[in-house]
Amino acid sequence: MSGMPRPGWHVATVAATRRETPNATRIELDVDGWPGNEAGQHLDVRLTAPDGYTATRSYSIASSGEGSRVVLAVDKLPDGEVSPYLVDELRAGDRLEVHGPLGAFFIWRPAAVTDDARPVQLIAGGSGVVPLFAMAHAHAAAADPTPFRLLYSVRTPDDVYFASEWAALAAASAPLRLDLVYTRRTPDGWSAPPGRITRDALEAAAVPAAERPRVFVCGSTGFVERVADWLVELGHEPRDIRTERYGGT
Amino acid sequence: MTSHLDGNALAGPLADFFSFDITTATGRCKACGTVAELARAMVYVSGAGTVVRCATCDHVLAVLVDTGERAWIDLAGVSAIEVRR
Repeated sequence: MSGMPRPGWHVATVAATRRETPNATRIELDVDGWPGNEAGQHLDVRLTAPDGYTATRSYSIASSGEGSRVVLAVDKLPDGEVSPYLVDELRAGDRLEVHGPLGAFFIWRPAAVTDDARPVQLIAGGSGVVPLFAMAHAHAAAADPTPFRLLYSVRTPDDVYFASEWAALAAASAPLRLDLVYTRRTPDGWSAPPGRITRDALEAAAVPAAERPRVFVCGSTGFVERVADWLVELGHEPRDIRTERYGGT
Repeated sequence: MTSHLDGNALAGPLADFFSFDITTATGRCKACGTVAELARAMVYVSGAGTVVRCATCDHVLAVLVDTGERAWIDLAGVSAIEVRR
């Protein structure tokens, strides 16, 4: 916990929004008094209705490092109380109450800080890719020598978050290896039919257990629990597997 | 339909109680004796409050209630907490 920025309540001003996927929006915030954040941390957003009713939800942060600019990418949940507003209604200049930065468990720090150069395997389901993008971006920015791999399960090619950023991360001096699994529709000419990730696909695309990778898994509760169980079956140490669930089915 | 979360989601609510991020602290389950980081616990959120359960045996480790004016926590299911400095 040493060196972790202290969390607090802050007023955030929306600097920009843009459509990330047909169902998600990227939100850039300027957060007054933000102390910076680690890659993988989250924040809580609190909305207050005119009658005083409040709703608070957690969102992973896609950015890391110092400065007051914080980037979110929010998926719209059907029947959600908070995400439809953030995805469809929020505009530049709007203000939000945010609490953060939060979480010291699901974070990645460069090997120069942790003295742990074991390979890293990131595994994302849908919008669970957001904190893992922050880790991959921080890894490239630090030119960190740790081998980095991301296995990313997504519905269709249109649903890929950060679509324009992955190529640059794959070409960085500290490259990321990206493997995509499409569950509903693949790009033309894709080698595999669409379908949920399987244990065999996980074994084929993940750093082998024999290399003792550190593994970060983020996605819906069902996705995370399925993948984490398979990882243990494949010989990964439970303590090397860090998970974060966002609920959902 | 929203299903359960995990202890990562407690970092914000528990910031009212502890001066550091307690989700990396380890707790011992009073029922089964499993020692694990709080972030690995299962978390069930409802309008009435938040229930934290052991990921190994499902025993209730903690209950949080936040009324807006007051925040309250019951840690009766945890027999020990270890913090690394």
